[in-house]
Amino acid sequence: MKHSFYWLMPLLLAFSLTVSAKTASSIASNPNAEARLIELSAELRCLVCQNESLASSQAPLAEDLRREVREQIALGKDNSEIISYLTDRYGDFVTYRPPFKARTVLLWLLPPALLIVGLILLWLRLRRITPPAAKPDADAIKALQQEFDGKNHDRD
Amino acid sequence: MKRYLPLMIFFGLAVLLGIGLTLNPRELPSVLIGKPAPQFELDRLDTPGQFSPSELKGKAWLLNVWASWCSACIQEHPVLNDIAKSYDFPIVGLNYKDQDRDAKDWLALRGNPYKVVIADREGRVGVDYGVYGVPETFVIDKAGRIVYKHIGPVTQQVFKDKLLPELQKAQR
Repeated sequence: MKHSFYWLMPLLLAFSLTVSAKTASSIASNPNAEARLIELSAELRCLVCQNESLASSQAPLAEDLRREVREQIALGKDNSEIISYLTDRYGDFVTYRPPFKARTVLLWLLPPALLIVGLILLWLRLRRITPPAAKPDADAIKALQQEFDGKNHDRD
Repeated sequence: MKRYLPLMIFFGLAVLLGIGLTLNPRELPSVLIGKPAPQFELDRLDTPGQFSPSELKGKAWLLNVWASWCSACIQEHPVLNDIAKSYDFPIVGLNYKDQDRDAKDWLALRGNPYKVVIADREGRVGVDYGVYGVPETFVIDKAGRIVYKHIGPVTQQVFKDKLLPELQKAQR
């Protein structure tokens, strides 16, 4: 779902750049930095329209945060430093991929745990539907064999 | 017993989702609670000069983020006027991403509850304070730490139940 919109992002970003051309600094002409801005802001959430990424949002706050990210890139910060710059101010909510910690254990572990429980239940049920063939009773086979051979008339 | 299991799971989910509906997803807990208020130096709008939070060290104060383009700010403004009249706590008004002219006209029209009015014209201080929706109100304690943040308009109820107790604690 998320991936299907990647092709749109350069377009949207180009649009937002033309809109805020006066705030875009010289770094806008640096394709490397712009690629990183797109990559980073696609991972970050706009806090005003919470289901939009920072890359796609037209909200003024998103513009400001893109400006901050652009400046951090210009300062030579790496991606994790830029993300922690934003989480220090806005909390983990700004990232679409929350970090793994005590508060997010359920968030990360519940889905795989439920999947495993579901698979186990499915396996138990399937096993019950097709029980393994019962081991034939040796005495019964002997009796049948005798009957087949016509040797058990005396027992009738 | 076993045949009621799906029903029980359904009700369990219904209760959880029902609780989820009552929560406000726009209200994000601030990560800045308990941390020192970010420092800044901004132009004042009420008098010439600049203001920095260190000037209010030793006092509990309110930092109210507002703008003339913000409709909820009109709603909370009379409450701020009342607070300024009845209490000693300084209220600092951070005018967020606004035109100076508009801000001054707005205060002239509605009254000025602020001890200090400062202009954050590009919203940079707002970013440092994690501002994402105006109005927002911070309680800052004697030691210069952020102890509480209210998102949305301040009402009499909010002030009495939340801000005032926090301010009184912050003053001690």
